Amino acid sequence: MKEYIGQALAWRQVDGAVELELRRLPCNEIGSTTLAELELLVAALETVRDSSHALIIYSSVPAGFCAGADLRELYAGMQEVPSSAERTAGVRRFLERIHAVLNAIDMWPRPTIAAVHGVCFGGGLELALACDLIVADRLARFCLPELRLGIVPGFGGIPRLKRDVGNALVRDLLFTGRSLNAVRAHALGLVSQLAGEGAALQLARSTARQIGKYDRDTTAAAKEFIKPLPREELQREIDLFCRLLARPAVEASLRKFVTSTEVQPYLP
Amino acid sequence: MIAVLLNKPRAKDHGRDNERSDRMRTPQQTLDEILDLASKHFKVARHALEPDDDFFDKLKIDSLQALELLSRLEHHFGVEIPDYEMQGVSDFRTLAARVQERL
Repeated sequence: MKEYIGQALAWRQVDGAVELELRRLPCNEIGSTTLAELELLVAALETVRDSSHALIIYSSVPAGFCAGADLRELYAGMQEVPSSAERTAGVRRFLERIHAVLNAIDMWPRPTIAAVHGVCFGGGLELALACDLIVADRLARFCLPELRLGIVPGFGGIPRLKRDVGNALVRDLLFTGRSLNAVRAHALGLVSQLAGEGAALQLARSTARQIGKYDRDTTAAAKEFIKPLPREELQREIDLFCRLLARPAVEASLRKFVTSTEVQPYLP
Repeated sequence: MIAVLLNKPRAKDHGRDNERSDRMRTPQQTLDEILDLASKHFKVARHALEPDDDFFDKLKIDSLQALELLSRLEHHFGVEIPDYEMQGVSDFRTLAARVQERL
């Protein structure tokens, strides 16, 4: 695999594992740049399917793994398009592309590991949830804050969290918008292993090395058996997101959030 | 062999960093421990921190770094503090009161 260094992402093969680095400041907000590079990654993964035993996703940004979708880009995009129908169509196209990428990562036949530190919020948690395992720094925090802005997660987070952990946790995180610390997330089964401070990537690499000792076809068969893609719910999540986003109150919440200059940004 | 392994005593639960006297802390003790913890982890001299200081200002942290402080508090005191209870809280004294409510 040829090393790639882009604006938002970089990837390389290290000891037989593909390592995807999230590198966009301030905290890897997922917008059109990240999406386009994720699409390149998915194409690259297909070329190394037979020469890799794992994918590790980590962030080199100090603030954390990923703070979620780029709401500033979303809001700016909404302002450029006066027609509500056109806005919704544009958002739907974006969501369908990000779903295609996350579904490809979710279903990649090799085990995938998210090495999380700091903030893992919204779309960041949804990216981590596309992975098979989440290893986390003890100080990491996990959150689905979307309802605080009047929307729902749109990158597949609800069906994946329901599939992997359970409906009760989905409701807790959605309805309260609170964040979970890593120790609690570990106790609930969302996080598979806890790392010391600054050691999540190291732990992910040692996990990948262990995975690499096993027969790849057997691991791929086990993954295919145990990890179904909740396609119907994923599609319904896109529909729900688009319906909620079209309401004027959401635009007002987004405006307050993205224009806030307070140390603690607006969140109800 | 597998049964033997499964029956091994469980490792100590490290979910709480500081189990000591959780239920016996006075509000002042909680406040002092928070000031100590903030001083240690954010590299600010302890004597420079006062209960009514704005911790964003004194620790020179933003909202994302405040979440690190929240994680450290949760681990130290063995509690969970929902983010929304922290909304609008910016001084150590109120922060300590929020923690105390959960002890």
